[in-house]
Amino acid sequence: MPQVVFFEPDGRRVAVQASDGQSAMRAAVDQGVAGIEAECGGQCLCATCHCYVADEWLERLPPPSADEEVMLENVVAPRLPGSRLSCQIVLNPSLDGLTLTVPPRQS
Amino acid sequence: MDHPILIVGAGQAGWQVAESLRQEGYSGPLLLIGEEAFIPYNRPPLSKKWMLDRPDPASLSIRGIDALRRRQIDLQLNTRVVAIDTPAREVVLADGARLAYAGLALCTGVRLRELPVPGAQLRGVFGLRTIHDAQQIGDCLDRCAARNERVVVIGGGFIGLEVAATATKRGLKVTVLEGLSRLMSRVVAPIVSEAAARVHADHGVELIFNAQITAISDVDGQVSAVRTAEGIEYPAGCVIVGIGVHPEDRLAAAAGLDCDRGIIVDGCSRTSAPHIVAAGDCTARRRADGSLLRLESVHNAIEQGKSAASALLGREREFVATPWFWSDQYDMKLQMVGLSHGYDQVITRGDVDKPAFSAFYYRQGRLIAVDSLSRIQDHMAARKLLDNKLSPTVEQATDVNFELQSLLRA
Repeated sequence: MPQVVFFEPDGRRVAVQASDGQSAMRAAVDQGVAGIEAECGGQCLCATCHCYVADEWLERLPPPSADEEVMLENVVAPRLPGSRLSCQIVLNPSLDGLTLTVPPRQS
Repeated sequence: MDHPILIVGAGQAGWQVAESLRQEGYSGPLLLIGEEAFIPYNRPPLSKKWMLDRPDPASLSIRGIDALRRRQIDLQLNTRVVAIDTPAREVVLADGARLAYAGLALCTGVRLRELPVPGAQLRGVFGLRTIHDAQQIGDCLDRCAARNERVVVIGGGFIGLEVAATATKRGLKVTVLEGLSRLMSRVVAPIVSEAAARVHADHGVELIFNAQITAISDVDGQVSAVRTAEGIEYPAGCVIVGIGVHPEDRLAAAAGLDCDRGIIVDGCSRTSAPHIVAAGDCTARRRADGSLLRLESVHNAIEQGKSAASALLGREREFVATPWFWSDQYDMKLQMVGLSHGYDQVITRGDVDKPAFSAFYYRQGRLIAVDSLSRIQDHMAARKLLDNKLSPTVEQATDVNFELQSLLRA
């Protein structure tokens, strides 16, 4: 069971237990992590589950798909090198400890 | 103790009102009342992959139960509200209990339009709105697969076409019976309808237009075929009816709130009654020109939910964002932004044959809407252009090498 650590927009740290195969977005909304809006429910359509992946984790994730790349160009908060949509991050045991920072605005 | 804010209807809009009330700093009691057995969930996946695999309904929930607890949002499920007593500021439940409210949000959604023909109630004939409906349809599709039976979809709109695509993915043979001359005709231009029709035909779906359904027949109470006015029988082990919805405004109308095919709200989601707001598919929004606008979409539910929460707290947060919608059929992503009604010119950008293109709708030379088929970059650019009331020229819109987003930087 991978654990994901979210830093909410106000700086609060929330550690969430997730299941293998779940998306990081799903793990966040199950626990109500603040700032993950996920309006489209995980379809890679709304860019409201944007988060920043900590540097040390970034290279362990598969790169964004072409669709996710387009959505990342359209996030409301600044796009940074660590920007990803959390609905497109599929969790597995090797991502135990993944650390994500939620931006101040999604929409 | 203070009376709670009550939210009637635990769908997308109801959830949003609750979430936004907390975000706006409301710390009083808050109760979300739902007719179904489930915490607020995303409905769009029901017509798609979820229907085939039918995983745990919890995977559909908008937020988990822990998230609701964390926000101190109380839930009362399996509960129907049967009346609103506005002078007493109470709602009446089906069991006769009365709940007092400080503020009330009506997020009652829609009910399905029923097919007014003999046999519409047979076993194996379904509408699709809830998790329960999707479970039953999914089971029936499995049965059809096992018995090598065909599926008939009545209605070539978004829901019908999504179900047709899903059943096809399951390996089933599907017939779509559409009453008008093209697909999704209420919403999209002919060129978009035609492209979608080609995609469905390429996947082996039989499309029948101008079909007037006269009866659904059965063998021992189980659906067996759908009959049209020409006397043709389309065999079916499963029939899915997707012919539109009625806004669920009966509760509001009975309480004397202004309704006209929907609960009438202003741009801030206020109804004609004090202390009562409404949001989502159940509403008809009064626009500045006096006309009423009905939208059935996730985006509308979310934006009206936000403004309704503000209105309950005495604040004005007008809903101004350009509406957007989506539909997934096979690998085709159909995304729509703006309202194309009343267009006088439509041009295309991209590859119409593939199809990977967008239709740009203009009225009197100004862009009013864009439908995109597997062109998400166009869709995202169009959302920003329309929100900012920017209009590319026809030449710019047609030229795929012209960067639409550059207009935002001008």
